[in-house]
Amino acid sequence: MTVISNGTNLINNGTLDSGIPTGAMTLIKTLTASSSATLDFLNGTSNVVFDGTYKEYVFKFYNIHPATNGADFTFQADTGTNTNYNIAMTTTYIRAAHGEDDSGDSLTYDTGRDQAEGTGFLQVISGIGNDADGNGNGTLHIFSPSSSTFVKHFIIRSCTSYEDSIARDMFIAGYFNTTTALTRVRFKMSSGNIDSGIIKMYGIK
Amino acid sequence: MGLISNGTTIFDAGAIDSGIAKGAMTFISKATASSSATINFTSGINSTYKEYVFIFNNIHPATDNASFYVGFRDGDTDYDAVKTSTSFRTFHNEAGGTTTLAYTTGDDLVQSAAFLKLSLGGVGADADQCTSGSLTLFNPSSTTFVKHFIASSNMAAQDDYSLQGFVSGYCNTTAAIDGVQFKMNSGNIDAGTICLYGIA
Repeated sequence: MTVISNGTNLINNGTLDSGIPTGAMTLIKTLTASSSATLDFLNGTSNVVFDGTYKEYVFKFYNIHPATNGADFTFQADTGTNTNYNIAMTTTYIRAAHGEDDSGDSLTYDTGRDQAEGTGFLQVISGIGNDADGNGNGTLHIFSPSSSTFVKHFIIRSCTSYEDSIARDMFIAGYFNTTTALTRVRFKMSSGNIDSGIIKMYGIK
Repeated sequence: MGLISNGTTIFDAGAIDSGIAKGAMTFISKATASSSATINFTSGINSTYKEYVFIFNNIHPATDNASFYVGFRDGDTDYDAVKTSTSFRTFHNEAGGTTTLAYTTGDDLVQSAAFLKLSLGGVGADADQCTSGSLTLFNPSSTTFVKHFIASSNMAAQDDYSLQGFVSGYCNTTAAIDGVQFKMNSGNIDAGTICLYGIA
């Protein structure tokens, strides 16, 4: 059945007509951690789209809680059907911090947390405390991961109660130094499991 | 009444079916300042969304050099949730020649119930001066975790600087945050809008 109003198609073939505005940010997939070693988003698997459909992909992290106190929440990507998650990246990392005891108020470039053509997992949220109320939150943007011409840029802003007693605001950016299309993204802790938390993946038209 | 097209439910029970692709950012409410002492969001902040975003636009103070502040309500009528936060800013004056990037000790909070400064300087009250930006609040209804927030904004400062501020931290409580209040530290919010969105 088609629904037409004033000559304009609203509904056709079981969906809203493409001419009807529905918002530019589309939820693609939600993964919920439960003592999870890794959380993976694979193009073409479990309804995940990570290709040329969108120019920008956004991952949002809610209440990431580590099994191991002070562990870092990290990510990497890979191409094709590869599962090594070791794409070379060059990145920057700055953070502001302030302790609950009024110590350590600072703005710093952290040379120990960036990468220079490194193939390791990159810190997205550093040093999350695992007290019952400790957690980390933030957003990762990946731009045009399917490009076969350009390197693949990403930017991150995240926050946490660092080791349970320090407010930390992190700004991370960089690029995967490859012209091969990225097809998959993996998240994991630097040590131990992701005890709990939610990751939502969106596409931006 | 439901509406089914080609075997697919489009509308049911007064809403678009959950299987229909919609935008993930949902408008919840809008407040418009008009010589307002405070702007309060007392509803719509609950477990419906994991993330709430306040977009404040063209906040114009009645008093020159006033700053824009926020407080969070954690279960009673006061916006006094205890917070620890970070603040840093960058600025550049219109005349050129003066720039900075620095952590702003004194704008941050330490386990404090006081309102949190979002504009890390004094907003100008000239007719064309204002501040705009966003505040994101993560999972405010959780009764397990502390409640993180991040904010960024830019302002036309009273001394004719462009000033960008970055604020982050957490309400150090496991009580749900169910209300947010915005105000200037001196005088009214002369004009401006604040829109609240939920991220599905």
